[in-house]
Amino acid sequence: MITELGHFALILAFLIAIVQMVVPLMGAHKRWPGWMALAEPAAQAQFAFTAIAFGALMWAFISSDFSLLLVVQNSHSAKPMLYKVAGTWGNHEGSMLLWVLIVALFGALASVFGGGLPPTLKARVLSVQAAIGVAFFSFILFTSNPFLRLAVPPMDGEDLNPLLQDPGLAFHPPFLYLGYVGLSMTFSFAVAALIEGRVDAAWGRWVRPWTLAAWIFLTIGIGLGSWWAYYELGWGGFWFWDPVENASFMPWLLAAALLHSAIVVEKREALKSWTILLAILAFGFSLIGTFIVRSGLLTSVHAFANDPERGVYILIILGFFTGGALLLFALRAQAMEAKGVFGLVSRESGLVINNVLLAVACFVVFFGTLWPVVAEMAFDRKLSVGPPFFNLAFSPFMVGLGMVLPIGAMLPWKRGKLKRTLWQLRFVFGLAVALGALAFAIQSGRSALGPIGLFLGAWVVMGACTDLWMRTGKSNRVARLFRLPRADWGKAAAHSGLGITIFAIAGLTAWEIDDIRVAEVNKPFDVGAYELTLKGVGQERGPNYFATVADIDVRHKGAFLTTLRPEKRDYPVARMPTTEAAIDYRITRDLYVVIGDQQSNGGWTVRTYVKPLANWIWGGSLLMAFGGLLSLSDRRFRVAAGARKTAERSNTGVPAE
Amino acid sequence: MKRLLTTVALLAALATPIWAVQPDEVLDDPALEARARVLSKDLRCLVCRNESIDESNAELARDLRLLVRERLVAGDSDDEAMSYIVNRYGEYVLLRPTATGANWLLWAAGPLMLLIGAGVGGGFLRNRSKATPETETLLNDAEKQRLAEIMKS
Repeated sequence: MITELGHFALILAFLIAIVQMVVPLMGAHKRWPGWMALAEPAAQAQFAFTAIAFGALMWAFISSDFSLLLVVQNSHSAKPMLYKVAGTWGNHEGSMLLWVLIVALFGALASVFGGGLPPTLKARVLSVQAAIGVAFFSFILFTSNPFLRLAVPPMDGEDLNPLLQDPGLAFHPPFLYLGYVGLSMTFSFAVAALIEGRVDAAWGRWVRPWTLAAWIFLTIGIGLGSWWAYYELGWGGFWFWDPVENASFMPWLLAAALLHSAIVVEKREALKSWTILLAILAFGFSLIGTFIVRSGLLTSVHAFANDPERGVYILIILGFFTGGALLLFALRAQAMEAKGVFGLVSRESGLVINNVLLAVACFVVFFGTLWPVVAEMAFDRKLSVGPPFFNLAFSPFMVGLGMVLPIGAMLPWKRGKLKRTLWQLRFVFGLAVALGALAFAIQSGRSALGPIGLFLGAWVVMGACTDLWMRTGKSNRVARLFRLPRADWGKAAAHSGLGITIFAIAGLTAWEIDDIRVAEVNKPFDVGAYELTLKGVGQERGPNYFATVADIDVRHKGAFLTTLRPEKRDYPVARMPTTEAAIDYRITRDLYVVIGDQQSNGGWTVRTYVKPLANWIWGGSLLMAFGGLLSLSDRRFRVAAGARKTAERSNTGVPAE
Repeated sequence: MKRLLTTVALLAALATPIWAVQPDEVLDDPALEARARVLSKDLRCLVCRNESIDESNAELARDLRLLVRERLVAGDSDDEAMSYIVNRYGEYVLLRPTATGANWLLWAAGPLMLLIGAGVGGGFLRNRSKATPETETLLNDAEKQRLAEIMKS
């Protein structure tokens, strides 16, 4: 019964979305206030009905309703509750429902918080957002209906892929989708502005919070996914340049670029057409990501539902929205001419460099991801493009970005003096070089990657601190530091986060130690500065798996440190073995131990890694997301969003970015 | 073909798990072993999805790892060992594609695009620095009305 209600609610939401797509758009064109105003209740109702549909599906998973095909294929009665809930989106149909739920959620949010928008722009934004909804509602209803019943329900389900039964991964897709789909809001704003035929500073201000929010969610989603890969896949890799990872990374890069170019639109009324183009492309890449994951064009660890028919449908959606928006862009772009004038050395130039580097980096990832397909179709060559290529082709852009970041971030708007900014950064630069040289001297003979990473990281982090400090003026600086607008703190935090992540990735890659051996019980062995002893191996039983668990004692300089318990799990229903690495997390390094098979001499294969700075990668990502959050909470967004507290705004002015 | 590969990968995963680089594969000479590890990271496990043979648990990856080591022990240089394997398994096995034939496009794509981006960006900046500032545009009637509305509330 609840299932049928959910199905019905989904169809209703689809119909509402169609109305919301057509009526406000007509209203905005004809200037009929009543028709335009329909967008708001429609957006909210659309969200409410989609939420009912999603709730109904979730209830079917929670209550293990095996009369539903989807539940049978992806759940099992013995599965822990968390994964029953997460199972709702751990499959193609459910994840599409989550996708469309978030489209509706953002539409509803825009209708609630968009009070200050001009009525025509608001109507058009909500109408475009509804059009995206319509496309995906029809995709779900016609090709991937999650509410299909079985005539003869089986006794129990087939279980969720055990690799996905993990808290890190349970929340990875929702965050990622919030990010992907959050970019749909930016897209809607861009297309609405194109229809409207005008882009101004106000538009830049309205669009920035949505981009910022999407970027924050993408950052957290990608971070969670990478963290999951690190501890779950069993060899401590954190980024594989897998097509699906790239699919989430490309929108992230473009969203980061968009975030910065929207500042230029807001402050200086320049880069308008570029910002619109970025907004279209960023969402376009989100759709490409969806297409890659679901079409089976590029196989990867993540790909579920490799179905050509669905792939074609998504390709049509992708072509319609990106192609249509780009066409509109080509017709209207010349109407958006830049207004602000600025010198070659200025913050604006810095942000242009930022955008060029981020966009080209994204292009490299895109080209590399699709090249195997192109090469096979056009040149009849079957080849692979893997991590070694991406590391080589992509990293230089990040190095370049890190090099110019502190300088660009401190240049004043309009016209600056390069000499003056460089002079302000002279100590920071010297210190960063010294740190890099020190690392190079200590490590003697290993790759130069570590020292370069340390230099870049220190340069970016200390540069961000200097930037903050320079904003405090001449007197009473500490007190002023804490009165700086949150956007300033957000900027410093996000930039520092990037620096930390760059340093951590370089350090981990350069200074990792690994060891593979057959460990015999009670025979200690050394890895780096640690002494490990395999104490014993036993069998254990989990709720839906059997595990082989090893006890390994770790000593450091003779003192007992910890006992690690790596596991090997076998999920009988899903018929799949997984490894559960045991990790001793510390600030400076992780000790990562994996247990393998028993050998003929009675010993066990043990792989040990000492991974320096591993936590810093995710710490840096979190700091980036936190910086975004700080910036998002800056009062100028709240004040400007409602445009109600005009008196309050007049006496503060706009804080410098 | 793709489906076949997937099936093979799945079967390989279902068989008793064998973990990446086994202790019995490791060469006694640490210098040779280090070279083998570096080469392994550039070779694709043919039945896996986007994994190098250094990371992969599949039987075929193990065979390839042993082959790499065999070649190195036999006195091959890194390049000789790699071309030996490419001759046997095709260029699909390389995770870092060569820059031969149309592949130069892949390698040049980034630098070329950077040049284009720098050109367009530089042109835009030059243009902006020379432009004369535009005088402010006045509000139109609808905007004036809206401003009055906002000021009232």
